[in-house]
Parts: sequence; C-alpha cells; structure tokens
Amino acid sequence: MLEYGLLKLIWWGLIGLLLIGFAIMDGHDMGVGALLPWLGRDDDERRIIINTVGPHWDGNQVWFITAGGALFAAWPLVYATAFSGMYWALLAVLWALFFRPVGFDYRSKIQDRRWRSTWDWGLFIGGAVPPIIFGVAFGNLFLGLPFHFDHDLRSYDSGSLWDLLTPFALLCGGVSLSMLVMHGGTYLALRTGDPIAARARRAAQVAAVLTLLLFIVGGFWLQHVPGMRLISPVQPDALPDPLAKSVQVVTGAWLDVYQRWPWARALPLLSLAAMLADIALLAWRREGWAFIASALAIVGIIVTAGLSLFPFVMPSSIDANASLTVWDAVSSRWTLQIMLIATVIFVPLIIVYTSWCYRMMSGRVTLDFIRRHDKSAY
Amino acid sequence: MISEHLVNLSRLQFAVTAMYHFLFVPLTLGMTFLLVIMESLYVLTGRQVYQDMTRFWGKLFGINFALGVTTGITMEFQFGTNWAYYSHYVGDVFGAPLAIEGLMAFFLESTFVGLFFFGWERLSKGQHLMVTTLMAIGTNLSALWILIANGWMQDPVGAVFDPTTMRMELSSMATVIFNPTAQAKFVHTVAAGYVTGSVFVLAISAYYLLQRRYVDFAERSFRIAAAFGFAAVCSVIVLGDESGYTLSESQQTKLAAIEAMWQTEAAPASFVVFALPDQQTHTNRWEIRIPWLLGLIGTRSVDRVLPGIDDIEAHNLVRIRSGVQAVAALTRLREHDHSAATQAQFQAHQQDLGFGLLVKKYRSDVEHASEAQLRAAAADTIPQVAPLFFAFRLMVLFGFALLALFAAALYHSLRQRHYGGQRWRWLLWAALLALPLPYLSVELGWFVAEFGRQPWTIYGILPTHLSVSSLTATSVLGSLAGFVIFYSLLLVAEMYLMIKFTRLGPASLGLARYAEEKQRA
Ligand code: HDD
Ligand code: HEM
Ligand code: HEM
Repeated sequence: MLEYGLLKLIWWGLIGLLLIGFAIMDGHDMGVGALLPWLGRDDDERRIIINTVGPHWDGNQVWFITAGGALFAAWPLVYATAFSGMYWALLAVLWALFFRPVGFDYRSKIQDRRWRSTWDWGLFIGGAVPPIIFGVAFGNLFLGLPFHFDHDLRSYDSGSLWDLLTPFALLCGGVSLSMLVMHGGTYLALRTGDPIAARARRAAQVAAVLTLLLFIVGGFWLQHVPGMRLISPVQPDALPDPLAKSVQVVTGAWLDVYQRWPWARALPLLSLAAMLADIALLAWRREGWAFIASALAIVGIIVTAGLSLFPFVMPSSIDANASLTVWDAVSSRWTLQIMLIATVIFVPLIIVYTSWCYRMMSGRVTLDFIRRHDKSAY
Repeated sequence: MISEHLVNLSRLQFAVTAMYHFLFVPLTLGMTFLLVIMESLYVLTGRQVYQDMTRFWGKLFGINFALGVTTGITMEFQFGTNWAYYSHYVGDVFGAPLAIEGLMAFFLESTFVGLFFFGWERLSKGQHLMVTTLMAIGTNLSALWILIANGWMQDPVGAVFDPTTMRMELSSMATVIFNPTAQAKFVHTVAAGYVTGSVFVLAISAYYLLQRRYVDFAERSFRIAAAFGFAAVCSVIVLGDESGYTLSESQQTKLAAIEAMWQTEAAPASFVVFALPDQQTHTNRWEIRIPWLLGLIGTRSVDRVLPGIDDIEAHNLVRIRSGVQAVAALTRLREHDHSAATQAQFQAHQQDLGFGLLVKKYRSDVEHASEAQLRAAAADTIPQVAPLFFAFRLMVLFGFALLALFAAALYHSLRQRHYGGQRWRWLLWAALLALPLPYLSVELGWFVAEFGRQPWTIYGILPTHLSVSSLTATSVLGSLAGFVIFYSLLLVAEMYLMIKFTRLGPASLGLARYAEEKQRA
C-alpha cells in the first residue's frame, strides 16, 4: 500500500487528469454546440455540424460525470462544500446540460423548422453556458468562497449566485468559453468540408487570440489578488482535519509557485505557444495537428491554474484556516488506494476503446452523408 | 436546528427526480438485452427482418435513452448540492462505487451507444453485434454499482466511524461489494428492467397485430419478448428481495412494516393478506391472515422468530439511550477534550452513535433530552406502515398479473404460429393494456425500499434530517419548481416522439419494404 501522503498527491493529479479529459473531450463538443447557430447557415449545414459529434458526445460527457464521481470519492468535502455552496450555479450547469442529450437525439427526428431551431438554440445553451460557469467557478476559487465549517464539519456558505460574478471571475469565464470555442472550432475544421470548415477555421483562430489575451490579462491580474500561504507545517500522512491548520492571506501569493519552481513557468508558456501553433496550423490546413495544439493549450491552462492554487483546492474567503487543501479534503487512505487501482485499470481501457470508436467513424462529414442517412443521422 | 421544511423539500426533490429517472432506466436495462437477442438472431440466421427489428426497437430505445441520460446527470450531482452533509459523512464509502460506475459502466454504455446508432455501415456484422453487447453490459454494470451504493445505505457494512475526520471510513471494499442486501437488490431490480423491456415490446407488437400491420415483424418481436419476459418475471418473483431480508436489522424493520406486523408472533409467523393498519394504536383494524406463511417465506424455517414492530421499537429505545451517551462524548472529543473518561465513554457507546443522532431532531444538546423526546425518537424509527403495506401489495399483485400475461403469451407463442386471427385478440388486448404495469411496479418498489428506510439515509448511522445541505428552504423550493417544469416539458417531447414513431412503425426506418404498410395505418 502506498504512503497516505503520496496517495493524496496522486489524487490531486488524477482529479486534474479527469478535468483535462473532460475539457478536451466534452470540451470540443461544447465548443461545437456554442458555434452551431453561427456556423451553420441552413438546416443541412447544421446537421453536418451536429453529426461530427453525433456518435461521440455521450461518451465524452461521461468525463464530466466521472470527474463528479471521482470528486465525491476522493475529495468528499470539496464535492459537498462546492456543490451546495454554489447551488444555483450548479443547477444552471445542470439545466443547460439537459438540452444536450435531447437536443442531439430529438432535433432531426421531426421535419419542422421551429422544432429544429428550438433545439439548435438548446444545443447552443448546452455548449456555451457550462464552460462560462465552470470558468467563473474556477475564478472564484482564486478569490475564495464564503464558507466555513462548524465542529461537526457541516459547511455553511453565505454567498449567492450574484456574488460569484466578480470581474476577475467573469474574466476566467471568458477564458474558459473562448478556450473551448477554439477547441470546438478546430475540431469542426478537421471534421467538415468547406464552406463550414473555412468558417470554423476563422472562428477558432479568433477564439485562440481571445483566449491568449484573456489568459495573459488573468496572469497579471493574479498579482493583485489576495492569495494564500499555508503557514503551519504539513503532515502529509496525518488524518485529514481541515480545521487543524493555519493559513496566511498575502496578495499575489498564488504566484509563489513560479518563484519556488522557475521551471513551472514553462506551463503557461507552453499553452501560449500551443495557441499560436493552433492559429498557424489552421492557416496551413494541418487540422489534425491543430487539434493536438489546441488540446495542449487546454492542458497548459488547466495545469497552470491548478498549480497556482496548490496545495489549496478550495480556499475560503471568510475563514482562511478552513480552506480545503490536497492534504485535508481527502478520503481515507484505503479509498484512495482502491480508487487509484480502478483508475489505473479503466482509464487506459477507456482511451483505447474511445480511440477505436473515433477511428471507425473518422473522415469528414459531408452533405452526401446527411442526405443518404436522412432517417438515421442526427 | 435544521428546518423541517428544508428537510421535507429536499426529500421531495430527491424523490421526484429519482423516480423520474427511474421511468427511463428500466426500459434501457431491458431493451439493450432484447436488442442483443434480436441482433444475434440476425447475425446467426442472416434474415433481414431481425436487423430491421434491431433498428426499429433501437430507435424507440434511443428516444428513451436520451432522457435516461438527462435525468441521470441530476442524480449524480444532487448528493453534493442537496445532501452535502451526507456526502461528507459517507462519501468515503459511498463515493467509490459511484465513481467506479462512471469508469467501468457509463463510459462503456455511452461510448458504444453512439456506434450502435451510427455504425451500421461502418462496422462489420460481428463488430456491430459486439458494440450492442458491450452497450448492454455497460447498462447492467451501471445498475450493479449504483445498487451496491444504494444497498450500502440500507445495510451499511464494511465501514467504521472516525471521530477525527468526523465521518464513516471504508474498512473493507469486498464487504461493501458482496453485501447480500445489495446483491439481492441488483438481481431484483435488473430483472424488473428486463420485465419492463419485454412488456414494452410485447405491447407495441400486440398493437400492430391488432391493426394487422407489419404482421411478420410484430409476430417475431412478440415471441422474443414473450420468452425473455417470462424468464424475467419469474426471476423478479422467485429471486425477489427476500434473501436479503432476514439478514439485516434495517430490512427486518421494513419487513415488519410492510407486513403490518405490530407484535412478534411465535414462529412461524402468519401472513397478513389484507388489513387496515393504524399507526397510532399499533394495531390492524381489520385483517385477513394466513397462518404460518410469512414465517416460512421470511425465514425459510419453522422456528426462527421475526420481530414485530413493538419489539423493534423497544429495542431501538435502548439503543437511543446509549447513543445519546455516544453523541455527548463525541461532542466533547470534537471540542478537544481527549480525557480518558471521554474516550472510554465514546468507545462504550460508539455502536449506537447513529441512534443518538436521531434525538438531534428534537434538541441539539441531546444529553438533556427529556424522556418524552427519547420516546418520540424511538417512535420515529418505525416508518409509516400503511403506505408501505399497500404499495407492497400492489407491486406483488402486478407481479402476478404480469406472470399470468407472460405465461399466456409464451404458451401461445409456442403453440400457435400466427396471431393475426380473431382467436387471440383478448391476449393482444391484455398485452397492450399491461403497458403501465411494469412502470407502476418499479415505482412502487422504489417507494417501498426508500420510504421503508426512513428516518434514515444510512440505516442506523445517519438520520435523514441531518443529511441535508445548509440551504434555505426557498432555494430548494425554487429548484424543485425548476425540475418539475423542465421535466414536464421534456416528458411531453419524449412522449410525442415515442407515440409518433410507434404509430409509424418500422416504416420510420425509411425502407421501401415497409412503405406500403405505412399507408394502411
Ligand atoms: C437500476 C438501475 C439504476 C439506478 C437505481 C439508477 N440508475 Fe442512473 N442510469 C442507469 C441505471 C440506474 C442506466 C440504465 O445505466 C441509465 C438509464 C438510462 C441510461 O441512459 O442509462 C442511467 C443513466 C445515468 C446517468 C447518465 C449516464 C450517461 O451519460 O450515460 C447518470 C449520471 C446516472 N444514471 C446516475 C445515477 C445516480 C447518481 C443514481 C442514484 C441516485 C442513479 N443513476 C440511479
Ligand atoms: C432510481 C431509483 C430510485 C428511486 C425511484 C428512489 C426513490 C426514492 C424515494 C421515493 C425517496 C423519498 C423517500 C422519502 O423521503 O420518503 C428517496 C429518497 C432518497 N433516496 Fe432514493 N430512490 C432511488 C435510488 C436511489 C439510489 C440509487 C440512492 C443512492 C445511491 C438513493 C438515495 C436516496 C436518498 C439520499 C434519499 C433522500 C433521503 C431520504 O428521504 O431517504 N436513492 N428515494
Ligand atoms: C410478485 C412479487 C414481488 C415481490 C415479492 C417483490 C418484493 C419486493 C420487495 C420486498 C422490495 C423492497 C426491497 C427493499 O426494501 O430494499 C421490492 C422492491 C422493488 N421491486 Fe419488487 N417485488 C415483486 C414484484 C415486482 C415487480 C413485478 C417489479 C417490476 C417489474 C418490481 C420492481 C421492484 C423495484 C424496482 C424495487 C426497488 C429496488 C429494490 O429495492 O430492489 N417488483 N420488491
């Protein structure tokens, strides 16, 4: 059995891995949803766009579901405190997601303009709203959420939905949305033909520039945001008790890690380079490589954000000592160990069979395909 | 103190969303297996009609599946949003099966469901059958893991409380997985899904036969559904939940309530066929009994005693008194009093901690609870008897009605080659009218299982009223209203498509060979 402290660290990485899997896989079909009404000018074009993700969106969405399940199993206090604290934000995500399964599946089953355009906007909501809210929520992690615990570890949160919408958090929402639009646009450029592909390329390039700028602004802004430092000594192997530490609030402390480990600066630089590469590769019509570049940009952005917070995962703005960290928000050693085994077995398997499915359905989706499969395609 | 309103609204929201989710789940469970059977016949015989069957029933399955997924996401997040203290208190145990369900089951079913619909031309026959099979395995594995989680709530084995982390911690995953309560639930629930799928196919095939449309297609579907459904309904009834029943305390309480068995009887106990239970006086106002039967069913022996409600309640009062000591000691431990006396007091009463927590409904300093409050807490440990008593009897009644239906359908499938004639019209009508029965049965079944567990979310460990999030009742009322509105709209869209495509029949596949029969409709 692995050391408890080591398991806690591994799970920080694995939660990150699942979030990245979600952003890359479900992210591209959310981006596609967000672009749908703008890139598809008529019904045929919209069907082409929808059918590029038709066979895969459901499997991709499971990255989101599993990230939720893993949060529950590995960081139960984060799952409980974050989801109940940001109640209405979570419900907004949930209700936006409602439009996706039914939107994809029901839209083309009926030949009626109003029916179809209703679901198109539903798919737009399902693609655009969750990324914004995830970004806003992540932004609020840097600012801290207004929660505290009582002696029984029951959490209380005094914030409302509107309190989440601060300028910095909205900026993070912008980064998140434009990042996934870049990714979805790049995917569409890969999977459709002109004229849709040409529009998708432009949209992806614009979104990449936007992401790049917002990300840089966010980095500089962070210097002025109050950050946190853990000042009591860390005992990695101790039983998790979130009430047993002391934390100091220092402006700019979220950038400490780049002082301590200069190599960590490579991460934001990697994602900036990947966004530039995405723009260039799209211009050169190397869409496959462009997709990899935009995926790398996402990895860079998420890891940068997670690493800046480290070892915190959910800071509190009203009781700094109650902030949750990788050391004290976790499950027992035994649960982490079992979940690690399950992850090590299943994640590679999932990647293998998902790749097989993409291989079987590869190639560009064309008008001819839509016409021939009028009754069976989405 | 936690507001009663908040607790009731949270319960109502969970009940509404869970029962709504379970309108779609059983059809998915049953239909995926029927699709595997139909497609296997296609691959084995090479006859086109079996492929058409797989595609047409698959289309209806897809309409249902979309709502299964939509409503499932709600469930996955609702533990965190509305049951935050629950999530913290038992997440270490309960979260693991949920996460494994995602990794092992949802990925499998959801990844391959796409290829099931889109892969007909890209995949070889064998590959496509493999895809369908993996999808069916995925759905059934998802049922396994969620029912392991749910079974643990009924019968929490393999975990211990830790006062430092203030939560339950996993001590043995194998015990959680092989929990007999969970296994019994899995078998019964999955078989109920197969029954639902079979009734669905049987009813719609009967509808075509009554109209004399798609006769060959419908007859073959009818036969497959009759055979599979007969086996399934036998499993539901024979392999039911009884095996889990005598083993755990939670299930004994529920059994006594379901049977309105107020007093312990000498073994073997008699079975109450019908009665009017009265919770106030702990008696049945009117009843018909069959001697011995319950004892035989419940314990499979003639000498084991099944405890009645009065005895269970008295026993629970003893545990509550002890539990109050545990809560008091725990409170001092949490306030950093680690004296030997406190430790010893906690050790001595730890196994009754959950029963002490029940008293928190009446006052937060449970040590000072009055005798009346302790008695009220003990009375709370007995769920409402009458609703359980009637819901259970209805489920059983529907079970036997479905057994009769499938027996008749199977008998005629084996004897008679064609249904088109006048002779079996009553059977076709019966099959059509039976469509609501499996849906009613599964909802009643969940009602019995969950309502019968009250006042606990985790039996003996965590009372329902402590499990909620610290939200305002207004927030939960708002979200509940949102769910009701959203779910109603989605249900309208779903029913509309279901009915439309059922009416159209296999012609909706756009194949020339069914075009003519569409005209007749
Ligand atoms: C006995 C079976 C059973 C039970 C009790 C439940 N479910 Fe369920 N669930 C399924 C059987 C199922 C399924 C058969 O696998 C579904 C239904 C239709 C479908 O699309 O998959 C599904 C879908 C489904 C999904 C969407 C998965 C996807 O995208 O493919 C989620 C997230 C959940 N469920 C979660 C839950 C939770 C958290 C439950 C408990 C509160 C729950 N389900 C009860
Ligand atoms: C989909 C099938 C299910 C149905 C139809 C169902 C039904 C219900 C019902 C009717 C209630 C309300 C009981 C009451 O408040 O009186 C309830 C409550 C609850 N159920 Fe289930 N349930 C299902 C699955 C599950 C599963 C699988 C779990 C856990 C894994 C679960 C956990 C809970 C919890 C936490 C509550 C709220 C607390 C409570 O009132 O007990 N349910 N459910
Ligand atoms: C005729 C005989 C039947 C018997 C004796 C029976 C017995 C039971 C019992 C005792 C429970 C409560 C389980 C618990 O408390 O945990 C239950 C639950 C349930 N029943 Fe039945 N049942 C029968 C028929 C049916 C039928 C026909 C269906 C549906 C087609 C069905 C579906 C369910 C479901 C979905 C549950 C909830 C899940 C569970 O707890 O297992 N049952 N059944």
